Amino acid sequence: MTDTYTQFVNSGPGRSVARKLGLPQPAVLRRYQPGQPLVVGPVVVVGNSAGADSLASELLSWDLDVRRHAVPAEKLGAIILVLDELEHPADLEQPVLSAAGSLRDLRAGGRIITVSRPAAGVTSPAAAAARQGVDGFLRSLAKELRAGATANGVLLSDGITSTSPSALGAIRFFLSGRSAFVDGQFLHISSQDGALPANPDRPLEGKVAVVTGAARGIGAEIARTLHRDGATLVLVDIPAAGDHLAAVAYEVRATALQLDISGADAGARIIEHAAQRYGRLDIVVHNAGITRDKLLANMDHGRWNSVININIEAQLRINEALLASNHFRSSPRIVSVASTSGIAGNRGQTNYAASKGGVMGMVRATAPLLAANGGTINAVAPGFIETEMTARIPFAVREVARRLNSLQQGGLPTDVAETIAFLASDAAGGINGEVLRVCGQNLVGA
Amino acid sequence: MSIDGQSTPAPDESVRAAVPAPRRAVIVGGNRIPFARAGGAYAKSSNQDMLTAALDGLIARFGLQDERIGQVAAGAVLKHSRDFNLTREAVLGSALSAETPVYDLQQACATGLETVVGLANKIKLGQIDSAIAGGVDSASDAPVVVSEGLRDIILDLNRAKTLPQRLQILSRLRPKDLAPLAPGTAEPRTGLSMGEHQALTTAQWQISREAQDELALNSHRKLAAAYDSGFFDDLLTPYRGLTRDANLRADTSMEKLASLKPVFGRNLGAGATMTAGNSTPLTDGASTVLLASDDWADARDLPKLAAVVDAEAAAVDFVHGKDGLLMAPVFAVPRLLARQNLTLADFDFFEIHEAFAATVLSTLAAWEDEEFCRNRLGLDGALGSVDRSRLNVNGSSLAAGHPFAATGGRIVGSLAKMLHAKADSQGRPARGLVSVCAAGGQGVVAILESV
Repeated sequence: MTDTYTQFVNSGPGRSVARKLGLPQPAVLRRYQPGQPLVVGPVVVVGNSAGADSLASELLSWDLDVRRHAVPAEKLGAIILVLDELEHPADLEQPVLSAAGSLRDLRAGGRIITVSRPAAGVTSPAAAAARQGVDGFLRSLAKELRAGATANGVLLSDGITSTSPSALGAIRFFLSGRSAFVDGQFLHISSQDGALPANPDRPLEGKVAVVTGAARGIGAEIARTLHRDGATLVLVDIPAAGDHLAAVAYEVRATALQLDISGADAGARIIEHAAQRYGRLDIVVHNAGITRDKLLANMDHGRWNSVININIEAQLRINEALLASNHFRSSPRIVSVASTSGIAGNRGQTNYAASKGGVMGMVRATAPLLAANGGTINAVAPGFIETEMTARIPFAVREVARRLNSLQQGGLPTDVAETIAFLASDAAGGINGEVLRVCGQNLVGA
Repeated sequence: MSIDGQSTPAPDESVRAAVPAPRRAVIVGGNRIPFARAGGAYAKSSNQDMLTAALDGLIARFGLQDERIGQVAAGAVLKHSRDFNLTREAVLGSALSAETPVYDLQQACATGLETVVGLANKIKLGQIDSAIAGGVDSASDAPVVVSEGLRDIILDLNRAKTLPQRLQILSRLRPKDLAPLAPGTAEPRTGLSMGEHQALTTAQWQISREAQDELALNSHRKLAAAYDSGFFDDLLTPYRGLTRDANLRADTSMEKLASLKPVFGRNLGAGATMTAGNSTPLTDGASTVLLASDDWADARDLPKLAAVVDAEAAAVDFVHGKDGLLMAPVFAVPRLLARQNLTLADFDFFEIHEAFAATVLSTLAAWEDEEFCRNRLGLDGALGSVDRSRLNVNGSSLAAGHPFAATGGRIVGSLAKMLHAKADSQGRPARGLVSVCAAGGQGVVAILESV
């Protein structure tokens, strides 16, 4: 699972060899540790709108070193471009070029964040052009950044302010090391719902969360991350993985629930367990999934059906039970694990991609049902993540797949887990029906 | 009435009324590892490894990490001398608080059930609020003992002070002293193995080969069905790649069982009926059961499946051939029923440990035999019949295997779950009877009732 190449180019001799040969130089990403500063160095807030002003003063209250203008040659932690009042493509020039002058001063692991509005639904062609322009601009800029720096955007629906809870939650997420492997992505804030946590290092304090497929890999890491963030956990996996599940449960002080999520009563049993042991259920993370790769020409019923059944039909059935339950009514959160395969497609994965595309469709359609109870449902779509599963990919294919993104490396399970933890938090209450990719801006699947 | 047997007293209401009703001891749940055939998946696992694994699965299921349990009791029948604190060592290696007190117990195959009974009694008396009962056995990692001659020499060497003394002692060593002694299941006082003892009882009660094979077949079929229905999803944690009992033969048949040659009682000639198919194999495995007072379970929002109502132990004089080696439960059950004022008709489930198919069938035959019940049990007539549709409904030791001390925990965990589900579905409490025979002519039986 170790990325030997990245370790090599981050050693003294490796760095000079890679530089001389013009080889990719993936950086060691800045990842979140509890207690570490949100961002190292000043944060420049670019923009003249009221939204820019109020955001700057809010960030000041977080004890950040906030600047409205960059000081030449001063190393920066982040640049936030507030573009929430664009009317015309020409409006982009001033803020964009002002930020351009500071790009070379961005620290390793620095952050660019745009705050703008979605183009969809705008009647003015010029305004729609300007808003859509931010999309292309940001995705290109993300590809220009180096040394583990990322660029992501926050999209505020019309009427949503730059200091709404989820706008601030998203900005905090993008600024922090939690979003290390999220690059070139937009997160859409569609409501004023949500609340910032009392303690940013324990955003899930008091919550009861269920994680499926928690015995190993990304699921185990999700469990560790939610536990670190303060959640009480119920860990679910198939009975045959019970020994691994017990080990993870020990680590994160959870209860282990051995059950096959594809069973008809899985949802009821999960709810019953959480209700009996903890009296409540706040968060469900649908992580369990399988791959049964085969070219479609060679696909059989077993491979097709098992993948569809476990990866999407089980989620649909469990969600149905959750939506009908009285124990899942207080700002509930569902986060599903999709995949970039479901967006861009992947040879040999017609079944898997159909199931993961299905997850994204399901999430969008389920969002209004949860909104009725102040709840949300969102998905994360991981790209190439270093797991036991991807470690089995043949060496050459794996080496190529790893480098095919703006950060030139595979993500870690913790990167997926951090994103899920954010979407499961109160701060993400204004984000609903979204799919956020955790892929280092993979070149496929844009 | 003077009988040459073990009289069964009538219920004594005056005694019962005088004793204040103690609080209940409830079974929260059980966990075991799949049982492996000796020399199989757990060939390199020690008793301590397996017991720790079973404990950790239980802890994970109920979220007991770092919990200080009132007391843990477990044991093993085949035990290394270094494992004098087997259970304590397993607890120290588990996720439980290191401040959890522990005791080891050994009562041959009844070890597991006796830990349940002993700990439940402590809970009822208010001495502890929570407990974990368990048992483990490895027939693979069994202790190998040096011969008495060699042991004698080694001990003398240890006491010797001078070189000439040591040389003199060493000169006593003979090649035959070097042969190690493998553990056996032979009874020290008769030299007969357990199977040979049962073969005598089997012949006495005229248990047919076909009836034994049928019981074995049913055990396999019922255990396989229980696995298929997910019954063990919350009773079992996989270990070392095993997710089901390795001894389970879901596809066995009367024909296959009939094709096996008798292995016990061969001196009976045509009367030999006991085969490897209708006897339990040597097995490795471990099991645990979480017990608690109502308050302790409620405070942690833990499930309460069944209560440990009462238990009885018995022993028989098999040495002089008065009764069969494995027939002690035949005597314990009527005494327990009399004390609880119950009959065999009052039970929803019977869990009679299948040491051998013939053990179960001999037991049932004895209870149905008017003369035996009158003369040996001191009853007015036959104790009664066990409804076969309520007997070992999810399979028993013939299919699951029988790691001696782990069998009691396996049965109690499963029965508690069955009783809870039965009570739910029938809308009234369900009652179960557990019967475990043991070496040395012993037996322990217990009554569980749904909560």
